[in-house]
Amino acid sequence: MLSVIRTIWHVFLHMFHPRVTIQYPEQKAYLAPRYRGRIILSRDPDGGERCVACYLCAVACPVDCIALQATEDQTGRRYPEFFRINFSRCIFCGYCEEACPTYAIQLTPDLEMGEYHRQNMVYEKEDLLINGPGKYPGYNFWRVAGVKIGGKDKGEAQNEARPVDLHSLLP
Amino acid sequence: MTSPHPIASIVGILIVALSLAAGLIWLERRLLALWQDRYGPNRVGPFGLLQVLADMIKIFFKEDWIPPFADKPVFVLAPAVIVATVLLSFAVVPVAPGIIIADLNVGLLFVLAMSSLGVYSVVLAGWSSDNKYALLGAMRAAAQMLSYEVFMGLSLMGVVLLAGSFNLTRIVEAQRGLWFVIPQFLGFVLFLIAGVAETRRLPFDLPEAESELIAGFHSEYSGMKFGMFFVGEYLGVILISALITVLFFGGWLGPVLPPIVWFLLKTFVFISFFILLRASLPRPRFDQLMGWGWKVMLPLALVNLLITGAVALAWSK
Repeated sequence: MLSVIRTIWHVFLHMFHPRVTIQYPEQKAYLAPRYRGRIILSRDPDGGERCVACYLCAVACPVDCIALQATEDQTGRRYPEFFRINFSRCIFCGYCEEACPTYAIQLTPDLEMGEYHRQNMVYEKEDLLINGPGKYPGYNFWRVAGVKIGGKDKGEAQNEARPVDLHSLLP
Repeated sequence: MTSPHPIASIVGILIVALSLAAGLIWLERRLLALWQDRYGPNRVGPFGLLQVLADMIKIFFKEDWIPPFADKPVFVLAPAVIVATVLLSFAVVPVAPGIIIADLNVGLLFVLAMSSLGVYSVVLAGWSSDNKYALLGAMRAAAQMLSYEVFMGLSLMGVVLLAGSFNLTRIVEAQRGLWFVIPQFLGFVLFLIAGVAETRRLPFDLPEAESELIAGFHSEYSGMKFGMFFVGEYLGVILISALITVLFFGGWLGPVLPPIVWFLLKTFVFISFFILLRASLPRPRFDQLMGWGWKVMLPLALVNLLITGAVALAWSK
């Protein structure tokens, strides 16, 4: 019986406690930098697209919300011809980000993506691409990969020696 | 026997009671939120007050559906009974000197009779719904009301003994020297508990028991028929709070402020207490509820009556 009265008293005292509600549209909750929100495609420090259209994100996606088509420019650099994420299917699991070998696809702390029309939830490449390198400012995939593209020959990447000329090895 | 301005009193009390009942929807949600460290409805209008209006509009526009398997006349009648009985009880509650609809000399008995009739509403609703959850809720309501009505009546007999009248105005007048809550503290506690059970409010909301019976006796109700149960429940809360004020806390009596303000203030405190109870206490098991009613509360009520009777007898000698 006493415990009942004690309970009532303690609940009554909650009148003087601060409220935990965050008044959302006016007040915003803190989202950690690694929060898994809206997906973006980042760029190299020199401004080129990071995505090499390897399809790993599309394969990793458990809900099949990523669609892309690989193509190459005249210098042999791979990039997606189109890159489409259907956010009405996306579950923001972050598997695409984990799968990405070039840090191109990244999740951001933004969740305000409400739309009145379902079709508006489908984001094309121009909607996804941002102008910066996102979470990995110094990283430039093509500068560390041993692949020849325009303006960078084999052996010119960082930490890479020039390829050995086979003919010099002949006896 | 009747009030000086009968029509004005009737209309006034009706309007005030009904609008208070509607306002309680908002008040309850805000107070519950306050005690649970939330805000509650605060978007619609100032302090969310227009939430009441929004809820009313919503409930009026809901489909007024009668299930094909229901017993139609009874199904329609049941929600009306609860509101009617509670509103009739308000007729004998003295709000302030002169503001009373019918100053019956058996006012207290009339209130008890009306609250007994209110049980029919719940039982009929559960029965006519032809739904096992509704029927279970109705059965619980019937058993709960039967057992809590007994000591509800008995707990008030001490007050009647002290005041020497069943007339509620006389009871208030008899408290000029001392509020009955002091000589009748046990009776007050018993009546408070019985009142909570009588209005089927938490922690005694076993007839509804969302977690066990969906919505209990009103599972099949929708639209304004459900709204009637809702309004009936809130009216019941106001009625029991008003009765506690009248019977134990000196009704309109109080210094400085006008009598009607005192009455409303005291009533408001008890309404808030009802909501506080809802915020803090869990629902007991059904056998615990019944056991408590018959094994603890009824003997206590009888002991209270005996002692009060003995003291009153000794005093009068």
